[in-house]
Amino acid sequence: MSPLPIASQKTSQIRFTLNGEETDVSFAPYKTLLEVLREDLFHTGTKHGCELGECGACAVLLDGQPVLSCLVLALECGGRQVLTVEGLGEDGHLHPLQDAFADLGAAQCGYCTPAILVTAKALLDQNPHPTRDQIRAAISGNLCRCTGYLQIFEAVEAAMLKIADQKSKVR
Amino acid sequence: MPDEKDSRTTPADAPEANGNKLRVIGVPRRRVDARAKVTGQTRFADDIFLPRMAHCKLLRSPHPHARIRKIDTSRAAAHPGVYVVLTGKDVPIQYGILPVSQDEQALCVDRVRHVGDPVAAVVAREELTAFEALDLIDVDYEILTTISDPQEALTTPEPRIHEYGEEGNIHKLVALEFGNVEEGFAEADEIFEDTFFFQGNTHLPIEQHASVAIKDPEGKLTVWSSTQTPHYLHRALAKVLELPAAHIRVIATPNGGAFGGKSDPFNHEIVVAKAALLLDRPVKICLTREEVFYCHRGRHPVLMKFKTGVKRDGAITGMHLQTLIDGGAYGSYGVASTFYAGALQTTTYHIPRYRYQGCRTFTNKPPCGPKRGHGTPQPRFGQEVQLDKIAERLKIDPADLRLRIVESSNSVTANFLQLGTVNLAECIRRVAKVSNWKEKFRNLPEGHGVGLACSAYLTGAGLPIYWNKMPHSGVQLKFDRSGGVTIFCGATEIGQGSDDVLAGIVAEVLGIDTFDIRLFTGDTDLGPVDLGSYSSRVTLMAGNAALQAAERGKAILREAAAEKLQVPKERLCFAGKRVFDSAAPEKGLTFQEAVCLAEARFGTIGTVGSYTPPTSPALYKGGGVGPSPTYSYSAAVVQVEVNSVTGWVTVPKVWIAHDIGRALNPTLVRGQVEGSVYMGLGEALMEEQEFRRLPKKLSHALVHKFPSILEYKSPTSLDMPEVVTELIEEPDPRGPYGAKEVGQGPLLPIMPAVANAVYDAVGVRIDEIPVTPEKILKALAEKKAGRDPRFGPTDFPHIHWPEALRVPPPWEGGDGHAVNEVPRRQKSRQEKEKVLAS
Repeated sequence: MSPLPIASQKTSQIRFTLNGEETDVSFAPYKTLLEVLREDLFHTGTKHGCELGECGACAVLLDGQPVLSCLVLALECGGRQVLTVEGLGEDGHLHPLQDAFADLGAAQCGYCTPAILVTAKALLDQNPHPTRDQIRAAISGNLCRCTGYLQIFEAVEAAMLKIADQKSKVR
Repeated sequence: MPDEKDSRTTPADAPEANGNKLRVIGVPRRRVDARAKVTGQTRFADDIFLPRMAHCKLLRSPHPHARIRKIDTSRAAAHPGVYVVLTGKDVPIQYGILPVSQDEQALCVDRVRHVGDPVAAVVAREELTAFEALDLIDVDYEILTTISDPQEALTTPEPRIHEYGEEGNIHKLVALEFGNVEEGFAEADEIFEDTFFFQGNTHLPIEQHASVAIKDPEGKLTVWSSTQTPHYLHRALAKVLELPAAHIRVIATPNGGAFGGKSDPFNHEIVVAKAALLLDRPVKICLTREEVFYCHRGRHPVLMKFKTGVKRDGAITGMHLQTLIDGGAYGSYGVASTFYAGALQTTTYHIPRYRYQGCRTFTNKPPCGPKRGHGTPQPRFGQEVQLDKIAERLKIDPADLRLRIVESSNSVTANFLQLGTVNLAECIRRVAKVSNWKEKFRNLPEGHGVGLACSAYLTGAGLPIYWNKMPHSGVQLKFDRSGGVTIFCGATEIGQGSDDVLAGIVAEVLGIDTFDIRLFTGDTDLGPVDLGSYSSRVTLMAGNAALQAAERGKAILREAAAEKLQVPKERLCFAGKRVFDSAAPEKGLTFQEAVCLAEARFGTIGTVGSYTPPTSPALYKGGGVGPSPTYSYSAAVVQVEVNSVTGWVTVPKVWIAHDIGRALNPTLVRGQVEGSVYMGLGEALMEEQEFRRLPKKLSHALVHKFPSILEYKSPTSLDMPEVVTELIEEPDPRGPYGAKEVGQGPLLPIMPAVANAVYDAVGVRIDEIPVTPEKILKALAEKKAGRDPRFGPTDFPHIHWPEALRVPPPWEGGDGHAVNEVPRRQKSRQEKEKVLAS
């Protein structure tokens, strides 16, 4: 038998934590994290707009930091934590960012939305009270062609207040 | 059975006539598809993975213009993992979006016309394998002369890029005259002549075009695609694949942004359909970002010349507009674009006499087509900048000048466009007020400026792309015993919120919640035809169809509920998921009970609605482009800061007022306005689809300068200014609940407002879009040298225009026909005689 083309050889394997769940996956060794998420794990919530690191649509959190998954080799992710839009909600509820984006018109076509949501989550995790300028800067690598960004800023600010409110109630 | 409402009634009056308060319409709401979008569950075309699915890649031409001598696919076909290689002979039938320009082939047969034109397709088990095999296809090209711009097209009739069109490389010439323009100029106190250039730009949707095709279990074809126009794709597939249309199902997946760029039937869609039928397995294609730039169909580059006569008080006595349009390599929507470039000039201000001459040429570049504002932003830019110059010369404030000449509601323009409500004056007053226009204009410190501009746009094209008398939109409703309602409609969700518009209208009529409604849209098998998400038509057309279907359903429910409750029908109110006596609200039924009663009485409940636009008074040839049931209006003030050392322009704030009739969901409306402002600023300041020649030793090909998102500059979150949005809501009786469009109109005033603001800031005229720092610095240098402080084109080439069709305007007794047009019947007889004679 002749060897399979390299694209069909799922010879690489990693174990990593995807949205809090231990996950094993086999894939062709050249594949990016984006490709493995979408094509081998069918987590299609993460999108792509260029696969060259230009548009920001493929952002996911790698160990809590936003990265462009089209520029990360899946082989580099063994043992690490990956969070995608599918892992944002908790206990069957939407994350406050998701609620705010839905209510305030921050998602129009919804294509850039998953990446902006996880990027905003990383911002709020590190800085629970960002200014408008800090929000602008945090998502400046995520292009959105629909909204003009303003409703996105407002949604992040609304979520920020809701998260702060929830935390104060827990205390 | 209850009386059925006529589709042409005035829906805006209906709810108020009942004394009912609107509960859904006009209330800011979460859109029906929001949850799917924020959870990443919206299924875009490339998110579809099917068992046994193969992947397709296209081999594209590296040459801008060449004859294909030979294609050898044998090495590619033998590559391990490759299922099939297709070439033009597998899909030779020509197609195109317009019946008059069926000039495309899914894979080029004997000629390539731009860098990126596809010549072969590889379908393989893996995408990477298909990509590798492209290198194994040998194409023997004979290089032909490249036509790089319209001026070159005019002077280079041979080789012809297409064997059809006017002559040489001129695709389309338009010449129309409404009243004697020369008389108008003779009456004028001042004549203004200005040339402008608007560079082409592209849609840049973040979602790359993708399609998946299968041969379904019955042997029929299904295609999922990121398309705005599933109905037109359906027709193109039937034509090229020679299949009965009834055996083809097109499902428009939600579009990840479109802006006009997904409204043509595309070669890749046809190729995967053909491959799926041949292989009997699912075939997917997803374009790379570079390929999206080659698909293009974006804004046409337009050189234009405006000659306008005005009285001292600002009244326009006549206008003559000439355009030279760079069409790129194919027809696309170009014939319509050429008419549109001259059609809407008359909709904002009263122009008593108007002449339009337009020329679209073919060039060896990716084809241009419709982008947000289709054909109209370029001349709107020229018109609004020229008006700024007129105001200055006449020493009239630009806002006051415009207020003096705005068109009024329900008027018919010189070119026989029937206007609906026109609240442009209120837009101007409102935007001037909230921006403190009077205090700022000509009073800000050097380097700071404000500019004002206005616009109008269609609320749906008055005619379909292929002429017929059928409705433009249809809606079917299913009423379920569960109390749920299902909407079936061909309308396509491209992010603009078309699903939410339909749900909002149906929920309002039936007194239920939008989340009690299920939608099946954009599917040619499931829903009645809607022509597509283009020309800002969905809210008004599909919305009116939904309104009619819902009212018909409500009438059935009301009949059954009135009998049960023993309450006169006209006293029944539908609200809060109940049907109740408005005189005694506690007396009522749940909505679900009303449905069950009605089903018991009348049988299964389904209703339909449809919408056909009113007949246009424009009866001359070419009068089919421009008519719309009604028009939206916008006025914007843009504030800029211009750095005179670097030429850099920053925009701190934009104020915009939009005459929308009624905002069905204000959250979405604001998003459309702000998104338009954003895209307008991108066009105004940075976005351009530019080309360059490779060095002679490297083929000398004309290639796209920036086929990447990194180099094609678009505004980021850091560039977006504060936007103050004012909605002018006077319901237009033609729209559902009075609604007019908002998706495109608010983009149009932004580009001229920016150019006008730059002049206010530093005293230089940039008569060219985009307004880049280089151009500002050049104009500032001219100013410093004491020359004309301006950057922009100076000449408009000589074009041999045909004799204009002369249409006397309404106020000169015109009936909408041209006085010198050969009637069609007579013309065909003449042609027949000519054929016989030869």
